[in-house]
Amino acid sequence: MGKFVRQLLPFGSLTLIICVLSALKPDTFLTTENFMNVLRRSSVNGIIAIGMTSIIISAGIDLSVGSMMALSGMVGAYAMVAIGGSNPQGGAFVVGTILGVVVGVICGFVNGVLITKLKLQPFIVTLGTMSAFRGISYVWNNGQPYNVPSYKYLGEGIVLGIPISVIIVAVIVAIACFLLKYSRLGRYTYAIGSNREAAFHAGVNVDRNLIYIYTFTGLLVGIAAMIATSRTVSAQPTAGIALELDIIAAVVIGGASLAGGRGTITGTIIGTLLISVLRNGCTLLGISTHIQLIVIGMIIILAVAVDQLARTKTRELQA
Amino acid sequence: MTTSVQNNRSDTGTALRMVGISKSFGPVQALSDVSFTVQAGTVHALVGENGAGKSTLMKILAGVYRPDKGEIEIHEKPCTFDKPEQALAVGVSMIYQDLDLAEHLTVAENVFLGNEPVGILPFTVDYKAMVNTTAELAENFNFDIDPAAVVSELSTGDCQVAAIIKALARKASIIVMDEPTSSLAEAEVEGLFEIVRRLQKSGISVIYISHRLEEIIGLADDVTILRDGKVVHSESVTKLDIAQIIRYMVGRELTEFFPDRDVKPGDVRVRVNNLSSDSRIKDISFDIRSGEIVGMAGLVGAGRTEVARAIFGVDKKASGSIVLDNKELSISSPADAISQGIALLTEDRKRTGLCLGLACSWNVTIASLGLLGMKRIINPAKENKIAADVGAQLSIKWLSPQAPVDSLSGGNQQKLLIARWLLAKSNFMIFDEPTRGIDVGAKKEVYSLLNRLAEEGKAILFISSELGELFGITDRILVMRRGRLVGNLKTSETTQEEVMHLAAVEAN
Repeated sequence: MGKFVRQLLPFGSLTLIICVLSALKPDTFLTTENFMNVLRRSSVNGIIAIGMTSIIISAGIDLSVGSMMALSGMVGAYAMVAIGGSNPQGGAFVVGTILGVVVGVICGFVNGVLITKLKLQPFIVTLGTMSAFRGISYVWNNGQPYNVPSYKYLGEGIVLGIPISVIIVAVIVAIACFLLKYSRLGRYTYAIGSNREAAFHAGVNVDRNLIYIYTFTGLLVGIAAMIATSRTVSAQPTAGIALELDIIAAVVIGGASLAGGRGTITGTIIGTLLISVLRNGCTLLGISTHIQLIVIGMIIILAVAVDQLARTKTRELQA
Repeated sequence: MTTSVQNNRSDTGTALRMVGISKSFGPVQALSDVSFTVQAGTVHALVGENGAGKSTLMKILAGVYRPDKGEIEIHEKPCTFDKPEQALAVGVSMIYQDLDLAEHLTVAENVFLGNEPVGILPFTVDYKAMVNTTAELAENFNFDIDPAAVVSELSTGDCQVAAIIKALARKASIIVMDEPTSSLAEAEVEGLFEIVRRLQKSGISVIYISHRLEEIIGLADDVTILRDGKVVHSESVTKLDIAQIIRYMVGRELTEFFPDRDVKPGDVRVRVNNLSSDSRIKDISFDIRSGEIVGMAGLVGAGRTEVARAIFGVDKKASGSIVLDNKELSISSPADAISQGIALLTEDRKRTGLCLGLACSWNVTIASLGLLGMKRIINPAKENKIAADVGAQLSIKWLSPQAPVDSLSGGNQQKLLIARWLLAKSNFMIFDEPTRGIDVGAKKEVYSLLNRLAEEGKAILFISSELGELFGITDRILVMRRGRLVGNLKTSETTQEEVMHLAAVEAN
């Protein structure tokens, strides 16, 4: 029973916040347009948070996602500009998008290989690559952004009334849920996070699975980077600074444990939405972004504290 | 803290009286109306199967849990504990199975952890006083230990001494020892007994929890037997024998502790040739026939676990080969070993065995997902069915296969790990201390399982520190000493003394 309550907590808080905001601002908050807006804005964070969830379940962490996103966007947009000139179109977009995603994959792969082959802590490795990827993003075009004024499809396109970016998130959520729940890779991810030594002794190829997990996250960051590029029709070397903290916050609010072995995609999505809705609500209520930071900080601590409390209570019942 | 050591005790009379203790956790009645009395200066054994309520009772004594009902008197003074510090203050010290020492600190630092003497300046620690007091305590009780040694470099036996000194430094008059010998080799056990007797002589009461009943007969004055949260018997040890104690514990007669063995060993299935590894084992050669249970004896640190690790691909082999069913194996990881038919039940089920937070079914199937037809995609319904079947086969007590493993008792966790290797259909099975820390009933089940596996023609290597079980279940016994194989004896033609001698005494 305790477990059930715990899993409902993030969802319950999200519902509560939505209800309160709906009551306070029915005409601006409770509109389809605003909801789509919130969803669209959450898409970049949501996609990256899904990758981060798998990493955190494996008892790892990836601090480099923000820098990785900047680098993927820069390389992708560079390719577009290199092929299509100052206002690239069609084919250049396809090539650039693919290239941007590939850069994400490579970055994730590099993280995975460094962590497993050099036997370094994920925190250390990704702290290093966070700096390195950011550096490359600046060096790539002397700190200047690339503008791709017509690259709007991923960010603003709408199919059947639903933003493309939201559809992409939905597809990724479905795939990630399936992988974590039903694939052997997903199972091993939980096992490695719960007890790496035990997983190894049970025949799990720990290194290979970790490389998969970090590379998968790189892939998702690459996709998110291209959506972000499209939303601002430009690639900024400063994109995603401190993004990793927002992402980790969303994953943790969603019930994952930084100690590993625990976490769900649905929890993470709720965590991401919770932060987005809160931001949106605060903005609609005229609360400054500075105050928002304080509110979100408290929410993170509160969420984890309540989760912990529920956990000890359950354990006492079982003892 | 002054340097003189005085225990707040009276040498005679009742050290501890717990009366009418009841405690429930939700719907589970862990203890009902338990009364438990310990005389000063005695060793009082507390026995019972896993889940009988020993730990709960001791945690109430140590102030970890509050009883629902009942009273506690320490040296005839009524006490109520809201937190462990209060129990410590009146002289109750717990020494848990895992000893609770900070590995990177020295013995003296551990002894005074949380209780450091203040130096000349405020907020500084008087290291010298710490070391001196520790040395003095050690000397008073004739313990041979270096106060400045770092705990991680000590043997398990010395760690125990450190934990005991820590209790003495807090002026303990009642020391609870939870399974103190479970991680000790036979030779170290005698040393521990000697220490317990010394504590006893100086008037300290020792509450001694152990699954090894022979120890209790040799060591304790009194014994209290718990079953299902109730005291079933409490008497002087001299009036009981092991068979009677077992009868009280399980409430049924264990007519034969070890199963009858009438397996005729067949052809050689496993050949280990000149195996050496970087972790100190050298030139190990032996073979195991189909249906044969081969034991491996040796003191802690003799390299028994290292042999298992080298075979299983955990440690890198420096040289040597492993042949299974006439095929030389190429193994560089546990994954390789498992796919080629080897299983290893590791000695430390918490550290290298179980993924504690995850579901029982997940833990059962993890080593054989491919073999079970779930190479890439897992079918949860099928997985649950497989887990439920193998669970029923080994009579594992779990709420459901989806329950987390940490909700199971130690014996059931161990059976779950054995189930894992049954599913992996291994032909060469290595069991490293499979009965450590599990109750008598579960032990018996493990022995029967080993026997059944042998009957199916598997080759079994059984590593154990308990000579009794080695002699009860094996066909042959290999003896390790200092990384080398020094004996290969037919069980029926040797004695415990001979094995002990080979394991403990340097040749020539």
